[in-house]
Amino acid sequence: MAYVAIADRDHDIEHHDPTTFITKYIWSQDHKVIAIQYSITAIFVGLVALVLSGMMRLQLGFPDSFSFITPNNYYQFITMHGMIMVIFLLTALFLGGFGNYLIPLMIGARDMVFPYMNMLSYWVYLVSVIVLLTSFFVPGGPTGAGWTLYPPQAILPGTPGTDWGIVLMLGSLALFIVAFTMGGLNYVTTILQARARGMTMMRLPLSLWGIFMATVLGLLAFPALFVSAVMMMLDKALGTSFFMPAIVSMGEQLDYDGGSPILFQHLFWFFGHPEVYIVALPAFGLVSDLLSTHARKNIFGYRMMVWAILAIGGLSFVVWAHHMYVSGMNPYFGFFFATTTLIIAVPTAIKVYNWVLTLWQGNIHLTVPMLFAIAFIFTFTHGGLTGIFLGNVVVDLPLSDTYFVVAHFHMVMGVSPILVVFGSIYHWYPKITGRMLNETLGKVHFWGTLLGTYAIYLPMHYLGFLGVPRRYYAMGNTEFMPESAFVLNQSITISALIVAGFQLIFLYNLISSLRNGEKAGPNPWRATTLEWQTPDTPPKHGNWGHTLPEVHRWAYDYSVPGYPDDFIPQNVPADPSIPAYDQGSHGPDHGTSS
Amino acid sequence: MTFALVFLAVIMATVIGWLLRQSLNTQPWQADDPLENRPGRGVIAVEPAKIALLSFIAVATSLFALFLSAYLMRMKMADWSPLTEPKLLWLNTGLLVLASIAFQLTRSAATRGQLPTVKTGLIAGGVCTTLFLLGQLVAWQQLNAGGYFMTGNPANAFFYVLTALHGMHLLGGMWVWGRTTARVLAGADARSVRLSVELCTVYWHYLLLVWIVLFALLLST
Amino acid sequence: MPIAVVLILLVVGSLVFHFLSPWTFTPIASNWGMIDTTVDITFVVTGIVFVAINLFMAYAIIRYRHREGLTAKYEPENKKLEVWLTVLTTIGVAAMLTPGLFVWAKFVTVPAGATEIEVVGQQWRWSYRLPGRDGEFGSVDAKLIDPENPFGIDPGDPNGRDDVLIDDAIVHIPLGEPVRFWLRSKDVLHNFTVAQFRVKMDLVPGMVSYMWLEPTKVGEYEVLCEELCGIAHHAMRGRVIVDEPEDYQAWVDSQSTFAEIQARPPGDAALGAASYAVCAACHGAQGEGQLALNAPKLSGQDSRYLKKQLRNYKLGIRGTHEEDVYGRQMQPMAATLVNDAMIDNVVAYILSLPDTPAPATISGDIVHGAKLYVLCANCHGKDGQGIQMNAPRQAGMSDWYLLSQLKNFKQGVRGEHPYDLHGKQMGFMARTLHDEQAMRDVIAYINTL
Repeated sequence: MAYVAIADRDHDIEHHDPTTFITKYIWSQDHKVIAIQYSITAIFVGLVALVLSGMMRLQLGFPDSFSFITPNNYYQFITMHGMIMVIFLLTALFLGGFGNYLIPLMIGARDMVFPYMNMLSYWVYLVSVIVLLTSFFVPGGPTGAGWTLYPPQAILPGTPGTDWGIVLMLGSLALFIVAFTMGGLNYVTTILQARARGMTMMRLPLSLWGIFMATVLGLLAFPALFVSAVMMMLDKALGTSFFMPAIVSMGEQLDYDGGSPILFQHLFWFFGHPEVYIVALPAFGLVSDLLSTHARKNIFGYRMMVWAILAIGGLSFVVWAHHMYVSGMNPYFGFFFATTTLIIAVPTAIKVYNWVLTLWQGNIHLTVPMLFAIAFIFTFTHGGLTGIFLGNVVVDLPLSDTYFVVAHFHMVMGVSPILVVFGSIYHWYPKITGRMLNETLGKVHFWGTLLGTYAIYLPMHYLGFLGVPRRYYAMGNTEFMPESAFVLNQSITISALIVAGFQLIFLYNLISSLRNGEKAGPNPWRATTLEWQTPDTPPKHGNWGHTLPEVHRWAYDYSVPGYPDDFIPQNVPADPSIPAYDQGSHGPDHGTSS
Repeated sequence: MTFALVFLAVIMATVIGWLLRQSLNTQPWQADDPLENRPGRGVIAVEPAKIALLSFIAVATSLFALFLSAYLMRMKMADWSPLTEPKLLWLNTGLLVLASIAFQLTRSAATRGQLPTVKTGLIAGGVCTTLFLLGQLVAWQQLNAGGYFMTGNPANAFFYVLTALHGMHLLGGMWVWGRTTARVLAGADARSVRLSVELCTVYWHYLLLVWIVLFALLLST
Repeated sequence: MPIAVVLILLVVGSLVFHFLSPWTFTPIASNWGMIDTTVDITFVVTGIVFVAINLFMAYAIIRYRHREGLTAKYEPENKKLEVWLTVLTTIGVAAMLTPGLFVWAKFVTVPAGATEIEVVGQQWRWSYRLPGRDGEFGSVDAKLIDPENPFGIDPGDPNGRDDVLIDDAIVHIPLGEPVRFWLRSKDVLHNFTVAQFRVKMDLVPGMVSYMWLEPTKVGEYEVLCEELCGIAHHAMRGRVIVDEPEDYQAWVDSQSTFAEIQARPPGDAALGAASYAVCAACHGAQGEGQLALNAPKLSGQDSRYLKKQLRNYKLGIRGTHEEDVYGRQMQPMAATLVNDAMIDNVVAYILSLPDTPAPATISGDIVHGAKLYVLCANCHGKDGQGIQMNAPRQAGMSDWYLLSQLKNFKQGVRGEHPYDLHGKQMGFMARTLHDEQAMRDVIAYINTL
């Protein structure tokens, strides 16, 4: 019995619409509802983490002025801020939120392949978030080991939250990994098996390529975090010595012996570096689609973009130890990892060029999503280039563990992906809710966010050059540090608070536009991809009414010569009266393959 | 980490290789390319559940490979002192092989629609697996009685962790087995459980392979 | 349109900021100028790319912004251009990587004959060990570490006997000679960093890491810990003093070896009793302390702490700040103890005195104090009993003295001397108590311990 693709047997599959409020909105198996649940939860914890960063900035800008920020609290705040932002906000939002919403719609499917598992994924994620937040209320509070949770310090006195905090953190991560794996298996299988007729892999919008590759990375990389979490939990709870060598802690001999803290770091970064791309690749994909749609031009070098995503994904597994140049590991590893790290700069640079070249000779509509996309190119270029400093092993020597690192990674995997998140929300909100977000508020939000964050992070790099170490509760009196550095720190704090304030405008816009937003048509941006071609807006359960769409072209047919409109949706068949675009007549390298 | 890297390289190479094959020799901007628009083009001709299982196996492989990497790295430290594996493990290995064989037989029976064989096969597989798991527990007790405590030495700790992890994967499989067996006993048609049986079979073979690798590593070090 | 203008302004602004910024590398004091050169190369290459990409983007936005009648060009790809860009990028990357790898090769190979120094980290202090005359470090084991043997040196290893031990956060190194730092930790990860030297490396418990450099400028440099090591991470400071080689040798000769320290006779309480007569005038015959004379209780205090403070007074590290009225009174008294043996003796005598808890004179909100004390407990112990290898006892000592010292630390009257690095650490901590009431609360809690 030959296997028939899902799209080809759509009519034989029974579809049940949920009827009660609970099955529709709470225990929902609809990918769109799950996506919204994921997004709301992620944005909520993200706001918690934002507040934490505000408190940290208060302490750094105005040391010893706030009695509620002790060193204990401070280190708890940085730990929770980092972990929440990286895992519970960005990973969950890009894959659980955007991934869930866009995958079935963009490939022309009715839902994920395993809707029940998809629902389970969200609920386990919710539990992991609750477990994480519970640690604020247990004796000793959350762990203050830094988001990298390096042993031995993560489980020894001298660090806050070594009783309960670290246990809850590790437990919460383990749950998150389970949730992610359930979601991830779904995303991969759905993209591979549920694509509509004619939707080949090479016709997928780049958003999905980014999400797909990020999911693959996540599935393979999260086990490393799981392994290290399990082993650390055993070291903590049962007293094994996986990571714990012989230690004299606070004048007391401990029972550990022989373990290797470096082993943990290898495992952690084996997950931790791909994690950067788990966040970055979806952002790369989404921003490509934003740029193309709003510049009314095909994405430049689509195949190159796909290959770059594959190359980055593959290489991301062999660069992890560039986080460990000064960790005390065998220094000869430095040669290998510096080389691989700088090689990864090449495909990344190609992506940047192609984004800019997409704008070139375009017809650029400076809508709010487009502004965010352009700002992304700016901040990502900045953050990517400073990454070359840190990846080059000797340059890392003076800069490692300073504010340069903090500025770099916030620029490249904080600000940049968040700008894409904003742009994407402005872009897809009309599809999700049926209404537009307010444009004026959007622009105010945009300018505040872009200028404010740059005012935070550009100067921060220079604090790093000066030698200000990261993860310092207070700089105190340090001889080589001029008074002006403290003034700079204050200005950074003020910028940070202003940026945080601008996010309130965004939240207000999100909520008020639900009621008051201008009604959007099915395709307000005149975009080609399938999600804009649904019969209903917002799409109903099952997405496509009676018949699934059939795909006839790639996702980037903007301003095709000879057509009256400047866009042709993917489900529109070719018009035989108009000659097809011939690559050969536009370049000297006539040929069908590369 | 070399161990984990090799495994991941193989997995990544497979994924990327397949994806590249999708992209080379295509001109994505061609609309209604007759090559592209055939039904099911690009979709792998197997059930989604199997794709999901294979993906999960990739995840589990990554997990075990990383644990083994950690094992090999930790082994180099001075305080490592290998434990003597209980002879019982050989018997357990035999049980797991039997379970695998039982599933393989069930699978062919299910494809042919032979309900009685499916029933016996499933039950035999389940019984062997349960015995294997119990056997592992007994092996733990023997080790404990022999003074090989978890905290005594990293070699002991790794033994308990790796066997526990493997056992938990089997337990996960037993859940699917339980549902399938219940359906069969409730009178389901052999063909209707074919997919579940196939998934179980693949999973059991995989876990047998994992066990053999683990066991070989534990014995040799 | 405004976005294009802003992009241009941001690029120009970044360049202006870069060239005008007073915040840049500290003046270099080691041979690692090559690192600065590599940084400069990286700056040039990445700077050009940054400016080029963003200005090109701004130009594209200006030129191709939407106007009536404008249509975008349909151009799926341009292989020639993409190949060119790839090649150019690869060249740029290689230009940055290659010098970097050469410098790294220098960093990983230590020149033969380098002066060797071992840095030992612990929460939250530095100490150092030199191999001594035989040029070989004695073997160490964390299991041997105790207050009498803080370095964990194996007493059976003859190589260890002449190892020079510096149980203080200040170390000297010779100018113009390569110095190899061996790095070791007793508890958690630390990182030994001197900004002016450019290089840094983690200290990892259970193993020994290394780095090397050649100091090029005589001077004193602050050591920072740059790997998160717990709540006093920011307060873990040390000092490296670069000396002319002869000054360095003189300094080494003035330090004690492991064998000398082991052989040093324990303090003689009987001899110390005579010296204590001077102390008794203020601190009381039983070392019980006298509030009226501002002399704190001594009996029952940790002996290492007492010795350290006596030496600090003698050397002018403590009791020299002009606002430290009582410290200035103490300084000449400490000077009457002319050598280390006398200090050992008098401390031995103080230890022999009966330890009756000092009466409580300070009250406050104990519940609030208990919350604040969580931080203190890390070094001073959960019961305020003090931790010998870390910080002195507080419980049962003169509470009014704790208050006056907390104030001194907070205001920089104590702990600001460049050589009082543990005092500096306490200064950081005292500043987390926001007002006098908070200090009273925490002391009231200590009184309950």
